[in-house]
Amino acid sequence: MTVSFKNGKTSRRNFLTGAAAAGAGTVAATVAKAAGDPLITEKQVWAQATGDGVDATPYGLPIEFESDVVRRNVEWLTADTISSINFTPIHALDGTITPQGCAFERHHSGAIEMKKEDYRLMINGLVDTPLVFTYEDLERFPRENHVYFCECAANTGMEWAGAQLNGAQFTHGMIHNMEYTGVPLRTLLNEAGIQTAGKWVYVEGADASSNGRSIPLEKALDDVLVAFKANGEALRKEHGYPVRLVVPGWEGNMWVKWLRRIEITDQAIESREETSKYTDTLEDGTSRKWTWVMDAKSVVTSPSPQSPIKHGKGPLVITGLAWSGRGAITRVDVSIDGGKNWQEARLAAPGTKGAMSRFYLDINWDGQEMLLQSRAHDDTGYVQPTKTQLRDVRGLNSIYHNNCIQTWWVRPNGEAENVEIS
Amino acid sequence: MSKFLNSVIAATLLASPVAAEKFGLGRTALPEEIAAWDLDIAPDGTGLPAGSGNAIDGDELFAEHCAICHGDFAEGVDNWPKLAGGMDTLDHEDPLKTVGSYWPYLSTVFDYVRRSMPFGNAQSLSDDDVYAITAYILYSNDLIDDDFELSKDTFFDVEMPNADGFIIDDRAETEYAVFTEACMTDCKDSVEITMRALVLDVTPEEEGAEEAAAEPVVEVAAVEEAPAEPEVVAVAFDAELAAEGEKVFKKCKACHQVGEGATNKTGPVLNGVVGASIGHIEDFRYSKVFGQMKDDGMVWDEANLAAFLAKPKDFAKGTKMSFAGLRKDSEIASVIEYLKQFQ
Repeated sequence: MTVSFKNGKTSRRNFLTGAAAAGAGTVAATVAKAAGDPLITEKQVWAQATGDGVDATPYGLPIEFESDVVRRNVEWLTADTISSINFTPIHALDGTITPQGCAFERHHSGAIEMKKEDYRLMINGLVDTPLVFTYEDLERFPRENHVYFCECAANTGMEWAGAQLNGAQFTHGMIHNMEYTGVPLRTLLNEAGIQTAGKWVYVEGADASSNGRSIPLEKALDDVLVAFKANGEALRKEHGYPVRLVVPGWEGNMWVKWLRRIEITDQAIESREETSKYTDTLEDGTSRKWTWVMDAKSVVTSPSPQSPIKHGKGPLVITGLAWSGRGAITRVDVSIDGGKNWQEARLAAPGTKGAMSRFYLDINWDGQEMLLQSRAHDDTGYVQPTKTQLRDVRGLNSIYHNNCIQTWWVRPNGEAENVEIS
Repeated sequence: MSKFLNSVIAATLLASPVAAEKFGLGRTALPEEIAAWDLDIAPDGTGLPAGSGNAIDGDELFAEHCAICHGDFAEGVDNWPKLAGGMDTLDHEDPLKTVGSYWPYLSTVFDYVRRSMPFGNAQSLSDDDVYAITAYILYSNDLIDDDFELSKDTFFDVEMPNADGFIIDDRAETEYAVFTEACMTDCKDSVEITMRALVLDVTPEEEGAEEAAAEPVVEVAAVEEAPAEPEVVAVAFDAELAAEGEKVFKKCKACHQVGEGATNKTGPVLNGVVGASIGHIEDFRYSKVFGQMKDDGMVWDEANLAAFLAKPKDFAKGTKMSFAGLRKDSEIASVIEYLKQFQ
């Protein structure tokens, strides 16, 4: 999706102008105090006239002043925008739940449109009875609600070679975190009856890419959901309406959208997506496969290159996101000096397995430059590594599963830049 | 963990899904339904259909269905995947991963081509065609001779060079045991910035900033070209609209060139296309449908261009152009305006 920015731009250029005005702004505010702030002393139009009626917006979109908080794509990354990806504006969001309308999209043959009435889900292969379900059938099984993050394995992939894209949205925005409603996959598999020779499930979508992936039966019977609602409402087209697979903690490519078929097999199918893609080549030329789990990771979302400090020194909220596919986030540390010293941030809520955590560090900024970093811990004892630690194990040719510590260089004027440090 | 919790967990496991009740929902899938959807091919060849093909037939099919993105010799066009070459590069910097150099199983190639290719017209090839195209990709990688007849019976005569190049995820041993330290104070002596994103400068600018940057250039150009302006206006050329069109044309650039020095790429050069007869570039190999239109004397007037750009495959059934179409009328109008200036 190509987005346009008609209103409320926060471009770097605008910011620079704004920063220049900020110095003057401090003075102006003082003057305003003496004369009285006209926004207070003068009657404003919104305090006199009336606003929109309840019939103005049957389904609401964010107010126009927030129109820069949108998904964005990077043209040079892919050959076209149909088999491509865009990024969640995490730099501008807070809390942990990602609104569907700005949650990143990744398609291999475009986002297809399918009616619920046209939806069919087949279960076949090594089962007692191959079955076909309609959408209505799925709604008659007992359902569950769970919050999970979905992260593309390529998130932060461009950063393997060094600091490249200037913004948390671009470096870490291939992720979203939603509350899903759906039926456990095990319930549906039980309905068909798994034969003892069955060891894997092969799942595929109804789109032209099919995006087939093999999942070990153990995981399929554990926590995989066949989901049809996200954040309380129907899935969006771009996220697999009417039905997608939710594979908690595992790479986003396995969360098959427009889910149409589940086959019980005795072997992995070794589809295109699990051989030529989503495998990780090490320094000696051998490649890891079946690297499904997303390891613990975090990033400071503000301040960050797209969310600079505009208020000068004094109280500053440093905030960010942390997540782990292997367990719950138990702690996040933040460094403001490039990793020399760390302090424990405050988690907004206790972490839960496979879901995002929000962290805050409230400081009194002295207006000096900072090298901002965050470091996640999960309940397995794992600590988010540095890029150097990862490169020592994997070399330089990896693309996927880059969960390294990210650095933002914040300068005294409040601007921030993506940098790599020693 | 307490004994109580252990026993609760044990009880939960016993009551686990295998033994759970059924709801009697859904209906039995019919054999013909399963046959229609169950197309995957396993590495051991399970699922391979009857039929066969060789690289000689595959060459022609590849040129017709695949070369527009993957190149005539499977070498790849622009950012589209390269399918051939890259042998022995996996331990080099920036390895070239192709079917020949990287893919461990031939079944994956057949499976993917049959299920998902060509891009924009998936599942349109016969099984014989898929065997032939698979054979051509192998031939392009020097893995078989051009007359090797690929079929279910000969499938495993082909050796994939990187078949043994994969290991199963070993992070538990190589990483999880190591990434456990969390130093809190005086963790290193010095910190140097070694690379900056702004120096590399590959982040897309927001549109507003782009416009602001482009403005002065437009002004200068307007001054320099002032004498020519009246004539341009005379042919009803809308420079502002054309400037919009230049942005839209980014979507076309992967396959089409236009302007001074432009040549045919995967798509024909577009100089002079507005008003030209359909299929007017002599040395470009058009889809058959355009040959027919040319014979019928059809012209790329604005109405035809607009119809084609909105829904390429509806306007020209069988076109090799894999582009889905422009959604907005304003985009179509502006890109046509942009093309007008290259005569």
